[in-house]
Amino acid sequence: MTIPDTHVASRHNHPATTYRYDQFDHAFVRERVAEFREQVARRLSGALTEDEFRPFRLMNGLYLQLHAYMLRVAIPYGTLTADQMRRLAEIADRWDKGYGHFTTRQNLQYNWPKLIDTPDILEALADVEMHAIQTSGNCIRNVTADHFAGVAADEIEDPRPTAEFLRQWSSAHPEFSFLPRKFKIAITGATLDRAAILAHDIGLRLVKNDTGDIGYCVTVGGGLGRSPFIGKVICEYVPRASLLAYLEAIMRVYNRYGRRDNKYKARIKILVHEKGIETIRAAVEKEFAAMDQTAFLQDPQEFDRVAASFAPPPYETLPAKSLQLAKDRQEIPAFDHFVSVNVSPHKTAGYAIVTVSLKPISGIPGDATSHQMRVLADASERFGFGELRVSHEQNIILPHVKQDDLFALWQMLDAADLATANAGLVSDIISCPGLDYCSLATARSIPIAQAISQRFSDMARQRRIGKLGIKISGCINACGHHHIGAIGVLGLEKKGQESYQITLGGDPGFSASIGEILGPGVSADQVPDVIEHLVDFYLAERHETEAFIDTWRRLGHARFKDVLRREGEDGADI
Amino acid sequence: MLKHPQILLASNLKDGEVMFLGATGWERDYRLARVAHTAQEAKALEEIGQKDYAANEVVDVYLTDVALTATGAPAPLHYREKMRIKGPSVRLDLGKQASGA
Repeated sequence: MTIPDTHVASRHNHPATTYRYDQFDHAFVRERVAEFREQVARRLSGALTEDEFRPFRLMNGLYLQLHAYMLRVAIPYGTLTADQMRRLAEIADRWDKGYGHFTTRQNLQYNWPKLIDTPDILEALADVEMHAIQTSGNCIRNVTADHFAGVAADEIEDPRPTAEFLRQWSSAHPEFSFLPRKFKIAITGATLDRAAILAHDIGLRLVKNDTGDIGYCVTVGGGLGRSPFIGKVICEYVPRASLLAYLEAIMRVYNRYGRRDNKYKARIKILVHEKGIETIRAAVEKEFAAMDQTAFLQDPQEFDRVAASFAPPPYETLPAKSLQLAKDRQEIPAFDHFVSVNVSPHKTAGYAIVTVSLKPISGIPGDATSHQMRVLADASERFGFGELRVSHEQNIILPHVKQDDLFALWQMLDAADLATANAGLVSDIISCPGLDYCSLATARSIPIAQAISQRFSDMARQRRIGKLGIKISGCINACGHHHIGAIGVLGLEKKGQESYQITLGGDPGFSASIGEILGPGVSADQVPDVIEHLVDFYLAERHETEAFIDTWRRLGHARFKDVLRREGEDGADI
Repeated sequence: MLKHPQILLASNLKDGEVMFLGATGWERDYRLARVAHTAQEAKALEEIGQKDYAANEVVDVYLTDVALTATGAPAPLHYREKMRIKGPSVRLDLGKQASGA
């Protein structure tokens, strides 16, 4: 079916900066929708039992959660067009409850779809070249990427063409549709890791070798969850042409040796940990040498064709610094704060990257109403060549904004409650849905994020604190990335009550580290107090602009633990 | 007698909404749930649940402990099920609580 949407712009507005489906992509997605429609009909008629149907619905991103079904829509490498964002808004209005939740894997989740409506929703997604395939199940999931890809000033190469190759390679891959466990790949082409690649089963970093050729540094065995590990380098440099063959070799080794007897030990990180990276490297290299690589060798012409899909938009030639921007910043302090916090350098003179925070003070991290989605779509067309990105930090990025237009954009965002100037600050909290929605959760996470956000609602105080990543998960599966938060919060059940374990020292970047537990769990009410004490101690002890993680590393974990012990002795009941 | 009375929960197959086994069938309001006080009564609820699961009416069927309020309505003891009978605690406009549950 095709649903009429008066908001959808004509196709000529589709930016040339994102990949367009070819005939094969269209046919594949349409066939999957038709297949799922039939599977749903067979389930409703009783021809399929729940046990038979569950794998089919999971393969199409449909979960059963606490209150309703949940549909997880894939947003490949976090890139969206304005048309696609509008379609997400329309689906939210027509088949859900008027909002969506952007996730830490750059996807979008609807919390209230009905099973009987799901085939129509998938068809509506297919109309705009989207789907929900492989957003669940023991397969290669949506490939994630640096949300500043293609525009970051610190980039060696745009990682999206590679990510698109990986999407095509991994979609319905016959060997890797029933892996021991789910499998996540992330890629960056920058000198700063904004994609948390070391927390993924495979991390890819675009690098140059001694002769200036671009290839990939490949890490393997990273992951969070019950047993967190930082990925280890399995190969310092894989030439571009060999990447798919090399990844195929890794997947084959994992498929062969990964444990299937215990789901908690089935991820590749456990295999790497138990066997050792040297053993895994040797097995991968043996497979790589023995396999017929012909089918996986990259055709440079095909790579160029895909790369052309991500060509830069027609930027104007502009001075590096906008005089208009400087004037606007001087006149409007709130706008000046927005620019200083939410705007990042662009590789093209006169342009900027804008992070639109989905973390209003006391709001629900990652949630956007259908109205906000439409505003974002409109803003991207008016100011950013019709392209948007979703970050794993649950924010939206407008990657191509003229500096001259920043003030008008800010006004437009502000009118839709989308101009919170907190990107990267203490209230820009990553949070999973937790027990408010998720059937796996052991505690709520959103109310904790809201309480912390409220505690630090003074924006001037937030700016004084500076960059500080707080990440909250509602269970040990760690969808909220708590292990790699400078401050992490994990919700657990303790004696029939929600209890929160706090960790310090996590780092999602190239200097990745897993946070260390601060002490016994605390109640929900105590979490903001604990975090405030930690932040106050950091402010008292930091050296000038030193980040929280660096102060923690310099002083050591024990000093931070001491803070809470002393506060407890003073009667703070922590 | 059971240590705590129990009710039977499930999810509606077609729309996923939380359901409660009542006196004459599945109800969307927990206050209409039939309460089991003995192991035998709980087993009877489970048997109906299994039958309706097999008949593709509901999925994810299980018993949960409750206390009885002054009005006789069952109130789940665990915070997970307290969430399920109402809706998300961060969106009081959504879920069963939006219509007065």
